[in-house]
Amino acid sequence: MNKPRPFEGKTYTLGSIEKGEHCCEAVPHFSIRDLSVSYHGEVVLSDVSLDVYKGCITALIGPSGCGKSSFLSVLNRLSDLIPGEHVSGNITFEGQDILTNNIDVRALRTNIGMIFQKPNPFPLSIYKNLLLPLKEHGVRDKKIQAEKIQQALESVGLWDEVKGRLDSSALALSGGQQQRLCIARALILEPSVLLMDEPCSALDPISSGIVEDMIQKLAGKYTIIIVTHNLAQARRIANYAAFFWMQESVGQLIEFGRCQPLFDSPQNSLTAAYVSGAKG
Amino acid sequence: MIDKVFSLCMWAAATVVLCMFSWLIADVLIQGIPALSWEFLSSEPLRSGREGGVLPIIVSTALILVVALGVAVPLGLGGAIWLAEFANKESRLFSVIRMTLDMLAGVPSIVFGLFGYAFFCGFLQLGFSILSGGLTLACMILPILIRTTEAGLAMVPNDWRKAGAALGMRKTTLIIQVLIPYSAPAITAGLLLSIGRATAETAALIFTSGYVDRMPESLSDSGRALSVHIYDLSMNVVGGDKAAYGSALVLIIIVVQINFSANLLSEVWLEKKVARR
Ligand SMILES: Nc1ncnc2c1ncn2[C@@H]1O[C@H](COP(=O)(O)OP(=O)(O)OP(=O)(O)O)[C@@H](O)[C@H]1O
Ligand SMILES: [Mg+2]
Repeated sequence: MNKPRPFEGKTYTLGSIEKGEHCCEAVPHFSIRDLSVSYHGEVVLSDVSLDVYKGCITALIGPSGCGKSSFLSVLNRLSDLIPGEHVSGNITFEGQDILTNNIDVRALRTNIGMIFQKPNPFPLSIYKNLLLPLKEHGVRDKKIQAEKIQQALESVGLWDEVKGRLDSSALALSGGQQQRLCIARALILEPSVLLMDEPCSALDPISSGIVEDMIQKLAGKYTIIIVTHNLAQARRIANYAAFFWMQESVGQLIEFGRCQPLFDSPQNSLTAAYVSGAKG
Repeated sequence: MIDKVFSLCMWAAATVVLCMFSWLIADVLIQGIPALSWEFLSSEPLRSGREGGVLPIIVSTALILVVALGVAVPLGLGGAIWLAEFANKESRLFSVIRMTLDMLAGVPSIVFGLFGYAFFCGFLQLGFSILSGGLTLACMILPILIRTTEAGLAMVPNDWRKAGAALGMRKTTLIIQVLIPYSAPAITAGLLLSIGRATAETAALIFTSGYVDRMPESLSDSGRALSVHIYDLSMNVVGGDKAAYGSALVLIIIVVQINFSANLLSEVWLEKKVARR
């Protein structure tokens, strides 16, 4: 099922859109308005406004350092962990302003899963990696735990590969398997959103293809925001794309829209230069 | 060429260290074993320790250690966890605390002895007692314990803290289930270093727990630690050499025993929790 993606005969590096267009409705899940992020008073991202649509895959593209990761970590308030980071603006998520102080950050993060560039399973067994978050969120029944863990592993196509060694260390898995385990660990909490920060860039091409296939399968069920440097990948899997660029060392959102038009007929000359490979 | 000279130097240095260490151990073994007997371990010292045994001294040593560790370990672990996981690392308070700890870790033990004498014996009116000695040792090892534990926690990759937070997990769960078990070897090493310093301590104890060599009846009695006993036998008691070597051997056995059990406990309790590979 997880066949590696073959290179089709085309020489054009960006493949055709296999998915997209009609798969999701434009219902905003996140409404981001005038978002600015600064570290120790130095602005790195300014005045970003965009809607992230429910059930769609939104790709964030742009050169290194333009604030994509910073943007992502604001959405689940992981930015709280970084001393010196200051965030301003408004983000409405499921009818709630998530940038205020009095929201339940733990509940928010439970509802918004995050996948990092470097796979980061805990130094525990495969089973315990999934058990720990489950227990933390109050699932005490052993049978339900086992069911949920199997389900989560199945949904990332890992069950058949690891069912015989659930008690061995997660760190002994390959990079791609570790990343899928991390995705399973996020899915087991039944979030509605997945934030992915270059989830494939630390993986070899085959693992990367497997993870990419999986992300496509998750679309529709989850709202997915994925940062990627791989434009072909963005084009293959995303419904919407947001292009970030640095102007005077401050990151800005240059263009946002449906993925295919953004790649094929960009409105902004910077976008055109970036997606054609002339800049970036 | 340079590589060869360098590796030769390293090899020579290692050999010298090893030789000195073996010589020391051999010396204590050769001179200590004849002194060691069941009677030596189970009776009170007579004639200032020239004859008789070291039972009360072993008991006092153990009590002093229990007091010191009982106070220092919870405080040290708590302090280190706070510093490593909760304190704002960019705040002034944080750097001041760290600098103070580093300085305290390097303060000669005699200074702690004087402090303990003035504070615990005098101000708190605990007198020359096992309690005073134990508390003084606690103060002495606390900075070492905090810094080593904190360093152990700092070695744990940040990835897991981010992963935990992103899963909406409580910080305490992550600390107990992942961070502490993962850094258990480093924490245990720090603990053993502290215990080593505590058992070797003489100067600070003479001022605080005293050198009465009778069996202590409570924590407020004065009690003589093994290190103090060895010091006294070899410096002040003519003809006490044999007993001094015997006591030194006992001290070494105790320290080895503690090392062994601490590593075992750390493995059974903590390291089993994590699966490194
Ligand atoms: N913790 C931090 N403290 C200070 N500055 C930071 C911090 N994290 C990021 N920055 C700065 O913010 C800017 C944006 O960083 P960010 O990681 O969001 O970019 P990015 O678009 O994700 O880049 P990349 O594609 O390389 O991952 C960079 O200039 C970076 O130096
Ligand atoms: Mg990034």
